[in-house]
Amino acid sequence: MEMKYNWDWSVLLCRLPEDDPTGTSETTFGGTTATAGGAAQTFDTGADCAQPYLDWIVSGLGWTVVVACCAWVITISLGSVIGVSRTVNQPMVRAIATTYVEIFRNIPLLVQMFIWFFVVPELLPEDAGRWVKRELPLPEYWTAIVCLGMYHASRTAEQVRAGIESIPLGQTHAGLATGLTRVQVYRYILLPVSYRIIIPPLTSDFMGIFKNSSVALTIGVMELTAQSRQIAEYTFNIFEAFTVATVLYMMVTLIVVTVMRVVEAKVRIPGTIAMGGG
Amino acid sequence: MIEVENVSKWFGDFQVLDDCSTQVDKGQVVVVCGPSGSGKSTLVKCVNGLEPFQEGIITVNGVSVGAEDTNLPKLRSQIGMVFQNFELFPHMTVLENICLSQMKVLKREKDEAEERGMKLLDRVDLIDQAAKHPAHLSGGQAQRVAIARALAMDPIAMLFDEPTSALDPEMINEVLDVMVTLAQEGMTMMVITHEMGFAKQVADRVVFMDEGRIEDDAGKDEFFGEPRGGRARLFLSKILTH
Ligand SMILES: Nc1ncnc2c1ncn2[C@@H]1O[C@H](COP(=O)(O)OP(=O)(O)OP(=O)(O)O)[C@@H](O)[C@H]1O
Ligand SMILES: [Mg+2]
Repeated sequence: MEMKYNWDWSVLLCRLPEDDPTGTSETTFGGTTATAGGAAQTFDTGADCAQPYLDWIVSGLGWTVVVACCAWVITISLGSVIGVSRTVNQPMVRAIATTYVEIFRNIPLLVQMFIWFFVVPELLPEDAGRWVKRELPLPEYWTAIVCLGMYHASRTAEQVRAGIESIPLGQTHAGLATGLTRVQVYRYILLPVSYRIIIPPLTSDFMGIFKNSSVALTIGVMELTAQSRQIAEYTFNIFEAFTVATVLYMMVTLIVVTVMRVVEAKVRIPGTIAMGGG
Repeated sequence: MIEVENVSKWFGDFQVLDDCSTQVDKGQVVVVCGPSGSGKSTLVKCVNGLEPFQEGIITVNGVSVGAEDTNLPKLRSQIGMVFQNFELFPHMTVLENICLSQMKVLKREKDEAEERGMKLLDRVDLIDQAAKHPAHLSGGQAQRVAIARALAMDPIAMLFDEPTSALDPEMINEVLDVMVTLAQEGMTMMVITHEMGFAKQVADRVVFMDEGRIEDDAGKDEFFGEPRGGRARLFLSKILTH
């Protein structure tokens, strides 16, 4: 099979000239790696560089990181609250937490994204709805963060619950017996121990947030996948555009894994084995 | 100090405690023994409110454990408890284990808590283990840390639930020695154990439980001196031959 395809990695180095204080060196750098002639390397000189594609990629990556990290903050805090709620004695609290988990875990993320973006603002009280639709800056970004955070919180909640339930009841008794309140037992014993146990599944969940953040492009968030697709549409260099996206996602994933490994090693409880990732 | 009056408890339909009454006076050591599943742990957990009970009254130092308005955390902070499986907190060092509740419950400053902690570690002969994690201790060491952790709260009474039954034989004595010293210093103690040597040495009374009932509650000399009836004798003959 032969494929007619003009590889041109240089489009990915296109930048806006005014963004580039060291314009000459950048052009040279582009020129050395690009097609002969090197004239097409700046924004206004060649058809190939009709847009600052490199800036698009950088900005897309930036938004992916921002959206995923903000969503993760929601995930870990809300997931902890819900997970803890599933382990307490009050049946009412447990039922609410269980309902949350079942709803958010079982509705496809894409559907949730649309519901948050198109439906929820209509359901809000009039003033709040108007504020979200008209005045909230970057509504699609906020929506994506909240949606991703709450979706993944349902998974994190299950992990936190499993972590807590894996701790023998004797630990709770030992804490209570010294006069700690139940809240203190969670705060100082059950949660610190269970977080350490569930670091591997939490890691894969954090990576999941990065990957799932691409769904946000459906409501107009210009994150990495959206920018790659836009570059593909502008340049027809689809392979380059999506290869870059792939490599960047893998790099982010690698960084997350590495950081979490370090964290895991730092806080490891001597003599214990963490739960397998999933 | 500890009064248990006509206490009954059910897990669902299953009656674990059946009309149990006993008491531990100030400075007394009461040993509780009986076959597995007879309700010993449950009884002791009722004393500091770790298990609720449906009937009867338990008072500790005049405070009713089962009453609605009892401040259970405060009451528990005054009663030390030592468990069969030590139950040290695995993510904390030995010293942190001993300091946690001193700081969070008694609101002691860190320095003060650590000073007290080191004194107690010295007392149980583990001063060099302060920075270790529980996983790196032997069973006997871990249990001595657990005793130190309980003592750090300056308890008015101590509860022990089979403190030596998870230990290798050669470590049992190092824990019993600490308990004997504690008893001789006048600590009020309720001790579930099958170490009859310990009972003979320091117990004031021995309580024998079977199937949720207190079958025998007698002074030490009486308990070991006269031939006991029925199940208690059978039980004693079994564990004493170990
Ligand atoms: N949470 C619980 N729910 C239901 N049944 C329980 C519970 N805890 C204990 N039991 C039952 O109550 C009975 C008494 O238990 P308990 O632990 O008090 O016995 P024990 O005398 O301490 O025995 P052992 O010597 O084995 O420690 C046992 O039959 C046990 O199965
Ligand atoms: Mg028991």
